Amino acid sequence: MSTPMPESGYNFAYLDEGTKRMIRRALLKAVAVPGHQVPFGSREMPLPYGWGTGGIQVTAAVIGPEDTLKVIDQGADDTTNAVSIRRFFARVAPGLRTTERTAEATVIQTRHRIPETPLSEGQVMVYQVPQPEPLYKLEPRRAETRRLHALADYGLMQVKLYEDIARQGRVGSSYDHPVMVGGRYLMAPSPIPAFDNPKMHMSPALQLFGAGRERRLYAVPPYTEVRSLDFEDHPFEPLRANGHCALCGARDTYLDEMITDDRGGRLFVCSDTDHCATRREEKAA
Amino acid sequence: MTGWILRAEGLTKGFTLHLQGGTRIPVLRDAALTVEPGECVALSGPSGAGKSTLMRLLQGNYGADAGSILLRRPDGGVSDLATAPPREVNALRRDTIGHVSQFLRVIPRVPALEVVAAPLIARGMAREEALDRARALLRRLNLPDRLHGLPPATFSGGEQQRVNLARGFIAPFPLMLLDEPTASLDAANREVVIALIGEAKARGAGLVGIFHDLDVRDRVAHRVVEVAPLREAA
Amino acid sequence: MSDDPILSARGLSLSFGAVRALDGVSLDLWPGEVLAIVGESGSGKSTLLRVMAGEARPDAGAVTYRDTLGASMEVHGMGEPALRRLARTEWGFVRQDAREGLRMGVSAGGNVGERLMATGARHYGSIREEAARWLERVEISPSRIDDRPGTFSGGMRQRLQIARTLVTRPRLVFMDEPTGGLDVSVQARLLDLIRGLVSDLGIAVALVTHDIAAARLLAHRLVVMREGRIVEEGLTDRVLDDPRHPYTQLLVSSVLAA
Repeated sequence: MSTPMPESGYNFAYLDEGTKRMIRRALLKAVAVPGHQVPFGSREMPLPYGWGTGGIQVTAAVIGPEDTLKVIDQGADDTTNAVSIRRFFARVAPGLRTTERTAEATVIQTRHRIPETPLSEGQVMVYQVPQPEPLYKLEPRRAETRRLHALADYGLMQVKLYEDIARQGRVGSSYDHPVMVGGRYLMAPSPIPAFDNPKMHMSPALQLFGAGRERRLYAVPPYTEVRSLDFEDHPFEPLRANGHCALCGARDTYLDEMITDDRGGRLFVCSDTDHCATRREEKAA
Repeated sequence: MTGWILRAEGLTKGFTLHLQGGTRIPVLRDAALTVEPGECVALSGPSGAGKSTLMRLLQGNYGADAGSILLRRPDGGVSDLATAPPREVNALRRDTIGHVSQFLRVIPRVPALEVVAAPLIARGMAREEALDRARALLRRLNLPDRLHGLPPATFSGGEQQRVNLARGFIAPFPLMLLDEPTASLDAANREVVIALIGEAKARGAGLVGIFHDLDVRDRVAHRVVEVAPLREAA
Repeated sequence: MSDDPILSARGLSLSFGAVRALDGVSLDLWPGEVLAIVGESGSGKSTLLRVMAGEARPDAGAVTYRDTLGASMEVHGMGEPALRRLARTEWGFVRQDAREGLRMGVSAGGNVGERLMATGARHYGSIREEAARWLERVEISPSRIDDRPGTFSGGMRQRLQIARTLVTRPRLVFMDEPTGGLDVSVQARLLDLIRGLVSDLGIAVALVTHDIAAARLLAHRLVVMREGRIVEEGLTDRVLDDPRHPYTQLLVSSVLAA
């Protein structure tokens, strides 16, 4: 093996090889049963739960020195969470390259977004997941939700969507909208906006999900059917703000709202900073 | 030979009152009764002699201690009511045994028209047709239309009795059991009942009745069967 | 009328410690038939219902269900997936406490629609229409479709539970004291509603009740239980009007004009 040893004394990518093997085994199982939550022995990580400990462990287990890592938080590469995770890997994974460019990345760890640039074969998406159980709010008993998954008994989830429409006239979840994976397992897509849900469907990239506190992994292999739950007469709608990006002018991207002053002034900008920057460069050229 | 509709033999019935130290009250012993098609048989005897007990045995409401109650069904087969399992008794009540008692067991909230049509609907007749027939029969028994849609619970005794009669006569049962069918009826309605009995006989039904009104009895019954008190008979 | 029972119980026994809740109970239920199971508290009647429905496992004995296609299956041997599928398709269960039979946090429409959705309905408008139709059928104003059961009276909750259960037209429904704890006038209305629906839809019902009048009104057949055993059974009116067993005589004589 020509793997360079990290100078700091850490194992490559922080986790010991035994832990990586355990996580990879769980990931293989997760890939083999798309959408099914696989338990794993989540390790203590040098950052608190809620900061992406699940995603980091998955990334650490799959990444190698020849990889190129991109980390985004809410679509941005330059937020505290994204920056600290990127720095962490730069320190514990010598040889690893980092990037802000979606197209250059081989592994993309994300919190709350899927990049606007279409993913391609060979890329790995790693999602940070706070709550892996889509039925969590409807059925708090863990043993019972496991049973419901085993029996594909998802009427309850549909009841929740029914209630949303009855109360609000439309399906209520604007993010973490539940999906059916491969026609079999109900899955939480993590708190990505519903706007991003369609990007999961038949994606050429491998999609891995890690929930550190809940100690669960799950996966969507490339080219897998991912359907957002809906009704025939109330089809799923990938909602976005009705506006355009103030920086690049895009009308087809997911937008963040910015308050510009204290008199109600506001504007929209692309949530995906890399995509927005690339568009502006192309325009300038 | 066309054969009997009802053939009861060796009927024995008594009651054991466990709450009164196991007191045994014998009511019928070795009773027999045969009814031919088109025949109306009146039961007579003093009060308490067992007429009502016999009627209840023939309806399946009481279980016989011994004996047989053979009934010829509309499909030509024969059932023994004395030994038939519950489901068969229910089927016999639907297809074979019509029953008019002096007491209507009122079902809450069900309108008179539905009460009368129920036996036809149970036999599979379309609802509308069954309701039409029920309406016609209630009219014939002079029950005003405004009462047809009301539950009989609030009706007078005579009105309830007419609902009961209509329910009993609505379907062409091979065997009709009539327990005081003209009690609490006025003269005009009594005539209607006599006509209904005549029509049942004409279509070949066998009838068994208890008639306190001897005038009615003499006009409808072919023969009278005496049910004697058991203690005297013994 | 089919010649094969829809449900057969044979030799059911179940003890809780020293208490024999069921002691060699056998019975049959035929399609479209209403069977009342009566007896005092502690007679084992509710336990019997739960064992028949596969919710409790007997120490001995077997329960056999015959499905729509005529295939026989052992209720306690079919495994949980099959049992659950049955419970939400061909079977129903109406509980005494509506809070156990309903989802209290979900609207009336959602409660009625759940079984439809669980069996694949995915058209919101049709589900809602069907729910409104069933609310009307159980005499709840369709204007209450978006209200939660917590705002309903006891009788309405029970009627909602019946709509929720019958919406998928099950073949077999277990009812455990459906009128228990309701006012007498409310009971009468509910009983009449059950009577009408059950006969219209041709549902087989195993009804546990201590209410003799309810049994007389609804049931084709009656089973009298005492201390975990069936002491008398037969045609409902014959058992009630010509009771043989001392306990049945006591039971009947304790009732005012049933």
